[in-house]
Amino acid sequence: MKRAGFTTVWLPVALLLPQLMIIAIFFYWPAAWAVQSSFYLQDPFGFGSTFVGVENYTDLMANSEYGKVARFTVIYTALVTFFSLAIALLLAVKADKVIKGAKSYRTLLMWVYAIAPPVAGFLGLMFFDQRNGPMTEMFQALGWDFRLGADYNSTATAMVIVAVWKQIPVNFIFFLSGLQSIPKSVREAALIDNRSASGRFWEVTFPLLAPTAFFLLIINITYALFDTFGIIDTLVRSEPGNNPVTLVYKVFVDGFRGNDLGGSSAQSVILMVLVLLLTVFQFRLIERRIHYT
Amino acid sequence: MAQVTLDRVRKTYPNGFEAVQPCSVEIPDGELVVLVGPSGCGKSTLLRMIAGLEDITDGALSIGTDVVNDKDPADRNIAMVFQNYALYPHMSVAKNMGYGLKNRGASKAEIDAKVQEAARILNLGDYLDRRPSQLSGGQRQRVAMGRAIVRDPELFLFDEPLSNLDAKLRNQMRIEIRALQQRLGVTSVYVTHDQVEAMTMADRIIVLNAGRVEQIGTPTEIYERPASTFVAGFMGAPPMNLMTAALVSGQLQVGGETKLPLTPPAVATDEVLVGYRPEDVRLGGDGSVVLDVQIIEELGANRLLHGQLGGQAFSISIGKDEQAQVGPQPITLPQDRVHFFHPERGTRL
Amino acid sequence: MTDMTQASIATPARPRRSKRFRWSQVFDHAILCTGAFFMVFPVFLVLMTTSFEDADIVRNGLQFGFEGQMLENFEAAMFEAAGFSKAITGTRMLMNSLILGFGFAIGKIVISMMAAYAIVYFRLRFATFAFWIIFTTLLLPLEVRILPSYEAIQSLGLANTYSGLIIPLIASATGTFFFRQFFRSIPEELVEAARIDGAGPIKFFIDILVPLSRTMIAAIFIIMFVYGWNQYLWPTLITTDEGMFTLVRGIKQIVQVLSQTGAMIPEYGKALALSLIAMIPPVLIVIFFQSWFVKGLTESDK
Repeated sequence: MKRAGFTTVWLPVALLLPQLMIIAIFFYWPAAWAVQSSFYLQDPFGFGSTFVGVENYTDLMANSEYGKVARFTVIYTALVTFFSLAIALLLAVKADKVIKGAKSYRTLLMWVYAIAPPVAGFLGLMFFDQRNGPMTEMFQALGWDFRLGADYNSTATAMVIVAVWKQIPVNFIFFLSGLQSIPKSVREAALIDNRSASGRFWEVTFPLLAPTAFFLLIINITYALFDTFGIIDTLVRSEPGNNPVTLVYKVFVDGFRGNDLGGSSAQSVILMVLVLLLTVFQFRLIERRIHYT
Repeated sequence: MAQVTLDRVRKTYPNGFEAVQPCSVEIPDGELVVLVGPSGCGKSTLLRMIAGLEDITDGALSIGTDVVNDKDPADRNIAMVFQNYALYPHMSVAKNMGYGLKNRGASKAEIDAKVQEAARILNLGDYLDRRPSQLSGGQRQRVAMGRAIVRDPELFLFDEPLSNLDAKLRNQMRIEIRALQQRLGVTSVYVTHDQVEAMTMADRIIVLNAGRVEQIGTPTEIYERPASTFVAGFMGAPPMNLMTAALVSGQLQVGGETKLPLTPPAVATDEVLVGYRPEDVRLGGDGSVVLDVQIIEELGANRLLHGQLGGQAFSISIGKDEQAQVGPQPITLPQDRVHFFHPERGTRL
Repeated sequence: MTDMTQASIATPARPRRSKRFRWSQVFDHAILCTGAFFMVFPVFLVLMTTSFEDADIVRNGLQFGFEGQMLENFEAAMFEAAGFSKAITGTRMLMNSLILGFGFAIGKIVISMMAAYAIVYFRLRFATFAFWIIFTTLLLPLEVRILPSYEAIQSLGLANTYSGLIIPLIASATGTFFFRQFFRSIPEELVEAARIDGAGPIKFFIDILVPLSRTMIAAIFIIMFVYGWNQYLWPTLITTDEGMFTLVRGIKQIVQVLSQTGAMIPEYGKALALSLIAMIPPVLIVIFFQSWFVKGLTESDK
């Protein structure tokens, strides 16, 4: 709030009203609904429901299928986050260094940001096509009987590759802007103090980039957990079968296909708690960021 | 044009912090009053209360004959020049100056005429179509001034308007603002932390410290008869020397041995604070008072000798033609230039 | 000269400065070129493939080269009716995507600017409380509350409507948060000067704040347009009527149609062309308004 803010009362209330109403209807109400129905067992034919306490949750914990999905989600998130961050960092460092063509590289490396996840997934479907996808042929030439949609590991690999491809631009943009915001004087001081380029990178540049990297870590985890829904749905052709899926995808499948409202809601609530923890973690980092700048 | 009256005006923040203690002052029509004090002393808060940007907790503020406590800033007929100028970055110089008039429903012709007139006074004629970002610091300052004068306000408020300029420009603008204010004859309140600005520009100075008015007076009064050690130390560069002297059987003594050849004030305490402006002390004398000079600062027009007197820091200023060297030097403390202050309260005796 | 350069390669302990710099530069460019190749080539290959006939694509998959079918395939993608009900053409989907992209971006900007203005510029007792209520929505992506949101839309009768498509997506706080940060960075004295100049809250908003926010609005518009355009899960749920499909939603349809093993030859050329059409508008916007977009992206998340 500004110290000399306006004192009118009706106007700010009127200004806030649209946002608050939308949030109440499409955010708070659904969230509350999800929490509530996670404690109920829905009659499969839609006639009423019974309170079952935490049974939906305990069922999930005991469910080996859910455990398998959770394990896959963790591995998938870790791989996507690591590879998209590492590759983007390498590219950003190089793009920050070159003088000639820096702008063209920037454009070429970031435009994929604009491609929708399912469209990226569709490209993946073509490249990893069982019969004649170029990537399939490459893997087979390397001696791996790669079969998208039929083989668990093949599908998982395709998912990770497409998800990383789609996420590199965002990380690249952030890393590059982080690098460019390092003051010139600091770089020059480092140039005088340390003659090895890699030493300068790891001892000066990287620590200064750490806030950006931490922030991106959270962004990438969130991306892998939620935003890759379109990629996964396309790559499994909306029929997961025995293919790997993530937790969010399972919420969707159980809720809309399996009509297991209680179970799906319980999964939603678990995910909400997960995001909550991530955000709290992120906030601590943002607080720390202030010290860096 | 109008006189401004503050009647026990006070500011307390919701957290209980008293930013401005009850303050009463009357500013006659056409006078330029400077509010001066260190940062956080409440001078800006006081100015912002006059502007209407800050609520007044207690007391009454009148501009002209009306109490304006509850009036909106726009209805007080004031104009304000901000420290960072607060020019609207997306508007041209002419639009910036005319925006207040436009909001008051002035006709286009009237706005044009007033803006042209202000631009002529401030030498901004060639810049009317530029954006603030295309101007130098001094020019922006002028635009801010222009925005204030086009409206023919009853009262000018200045919030450290020169502190973003370099030293040379600051001296120049100081004179310009003062000349403009005198020509227009508009009552003005000017906030600064720079005592030189306060001394040179003010008809009267209000010295504030920790939300309290320390002294109100003309620059000469403030300088010659500071009401407290705070004012004595704040106004004047280098500041006034302040020594703690013991009263031993009617004699003032510093550092146990040096007796000061001064008639002490009539007080009940056994210590007093003795104050001397550096330029009021003369080099040379009968040797009863000796300054141990440690550092000599050459300032061109004069010299500053910094040293110790009876174990306490003491500085004197001498003319450029006088010679001095490091080491003990006899000095003379004239009786008619001494200032005495209460040792605890710091008030003038 | 030649001797000297050779000597410098032979003795890396005392390299000549200019030479060493050249080699590391070549290496830098090699890495960047590889990166750029992997970003561009997949899409380029798809573009090439759209010039082939369906039967050819079915047989050989993606391929390099140029045949004469490109125009036909794009034409089919744009104008030929598709879907089970034969009610939707590429043009219609493009239209729907534009409505979603623009509607979402504009709606979000208007609503969040208003809310941020109220939070930052008014002495409102519950301003902080309102901020937290709005801010909390950042915590829960649509994906985790998808089922109840769907129920809400159903009970409001908004399924298969543009409002139902757009409004729930606006319910998150990203825009409000962004504008709040920006407004807070505007010098305080500007609102004070405006108040002394006689501008009330509405005048200040229209005369000063909106013009000052122009670049920010542009930046957030680009981000939001792309975000809205690329929505998938929500449109998939909420639009069952094929006439409401967006291009991105249409991808799901394409995949399902191509997966069916029927007697007909799957229309791969048309499908690939459609996927390209689905990416062209957001890609162009991001490329042409690059600097705004980058600014918006990196500054909004601070």
